[in-house]
Amino acid sequence: MSVAFSWNLVDDVQQLLSYHFMLNALRAGTIVAVVCGAIGYFMVLRRQSFVGHTLAVIGFPGAAGATWLGISTGFGYYGLCVAGALVIAMLPGAGRGGTGLGGAGEESAVVGTVQGFALACGFLFVTQYKGFLSGLTGLLFGTITGVSDTQVIVLLISGVCVLAVLAVGGRVLLFASVDPDVARARGVSVRLVGTGFLLLLAVAVAGASQITGSLLVFALLVAPAATAARLTARPGAGVVLSVTLAVAVTWLGEALAFFTPYPIGFWVTTLAFGAYVLATAAQTAAQRLGRRVVIA
Amino acid sequence: MNVLALDHAAVAVGGRTIWADVTLRVAAGEFVAVLGPNGVGKSTLLKAALGLVPTAAGRITVLGGAPGEQNARVGYLPQRRSFDPSARIRGVDIVRLGLDGDRWGLPLPGGQTARAARERVAEVIDLVGAAGYAGRPIGQCSGGEQQRLLIAQALIRRPDLLVLDEPLDSLDVTNQASVSALIRDVCRTQNVAVLLVAHDVNPILPYLDQVIYLAHGGALMGRPAEVITSETLSLLYGTPIDVLRDRNGRLVVVGQPDAHAEHDHR
Repeated sequence: MSVAFSWNLVDDVQQLLSYHFMLNALRAGTIVAVVCGAIGYFMVLRRQSFVGHTLAVIGFPGAAGATWLGISTGFGYYGLCVAGALVIAMLPGAGRGGTGLGGAGEESAVVGTVQGFALACGFLFVTQYKGFLSGLTGLLFGTITGVSDTQVIVLLISGVCVLAVLAVGGRVLLFASVDPDVARARGVSVRLVGTGFLLLLAVAVAGASQITGSLLVFALLVAPAATAARLTARPGAGVVLSVTLAVAVTWLGEALAFFTPYPIGFWVTTLAFGAYVLATAAQTAAQRLGRRVVIA
Repeated sequence: MNVLALDHAAVAVGGRTIWADVTLRVAAGEFVAVLGPNGVGKSTLLKAALGLVPTAAGRITVLGGAPGEQNARVGYLPQRRSFDPSARIRGVDIVRLGLDGDRWGLPLPGGQTARAARERVAEVIDLVGAAGYAGRPIGQCSGGEQQRLLIAQALIRRPDLLVLDEPLDSLDVTNQASVSALIRDVCRTQNVAVLLVAHDVNPILPYLDQVIYLAHGGALMGRPAEVITSETLSLLYGTPIDVLRDRNGRLVVVGQPDAHAEHDHR
């Protein structure tokens, strides 16, 4: 394909949208970004980033296994991520993020053990399926070209489901995450809410993995949410900001990947990282300034 | 009417009986402290009243119902150290969650319910004197400020019973005095019965209507002047304790174990 970037941006966008694969990449990317931005906000708030990462890694043997068996990788991602979430929820001492914002998570060792095992299985499946090595990069780091119409529809359905559940249960989830003891006294089943959240996270991660690959899910899941948390302490604004950032870095990243020889995963991750660094700098500056004003 | 009644009640956690044959009454609007050495089940008493721990024997009645049944009318402040300094959620959000955090459905900012909720949040924040810092991330508030916000959260549904688990712990002496006075004011003006677990009885001693002492698997309840004597306390703690009177005639407990030991490590 011959694409050239010009400084006529309208022309560039038209050029970009004239390719069906780019259209699908944008559709899929947008759905994934909205879902990851929203669910990521709660994941960061609950300090369950490591669990999110592990679910993403668990998706890798799922996809590799599916390829080895000759079925669609989507089955592998969704199947294993959801199964992984259930296993993590049942493990003693794990899946209980939201032990209060004051408490330290105790789940990392257990979850880390699961993650190691998942990676090993994924590697086994890859070695069993000869001639798969080029696909391996796609599974781990994502690819811009591979999104089919069916995949977009599946992503849309799963995304709408995740967002609907989040809209209905978001307030209870926030309560159970920030203040589990009081929530429990108010009749909220904190454990059940925690398991429900892991399932939502699993579906979101499985969807995102298909676009960004298992290892770069984090660009969309953590970075926008962490950036939003730096910029606002209001839960509603935080979710909106996180979603906006995720969509922005996805669109920009996909456009940059289209016009440059560098892969999409690199661009999306770099943009998300850049936004986080800027937000951290802004927050630090604001705090310094605030302190100086107080002293003066 | 009693807001809390225990009749020969017993509680067991993990097969071990924490306390048994406890009979006590807390009347409406009373300020009651739960005292006793570490590990005697002070927090367990609160959890049993909330229905978070099952009653093993006897009967516990809270606001005329079984424990847990009337929790919408009970404000609870669990034992905790503090919010992490990096906690990125505002004090006002924490207070608001006490009002409708257990409700399902998308909270929409417009509408009458939302306005009423915002007004109630502002009202209760004013009541505890937290208006100046309620908009800040709660992790950046001091221990005393956090405790006031959490008391506001417990009060927001206009409870008839306030159950506070060591609200004075990890506060400095000045804040211990001011938070104690705040709880006393709330108890008197809102006519809320207060059940408060404390390590150190001194900051709240002048305000108490009743004290519950837990020790040796049982409980003792009475007016402060009856229970807080050198003989009773020394017997309960199994170590010599002096109860003195200062020049204003106020009681001061000296030599009470664990009074300050907990404050150092957090």
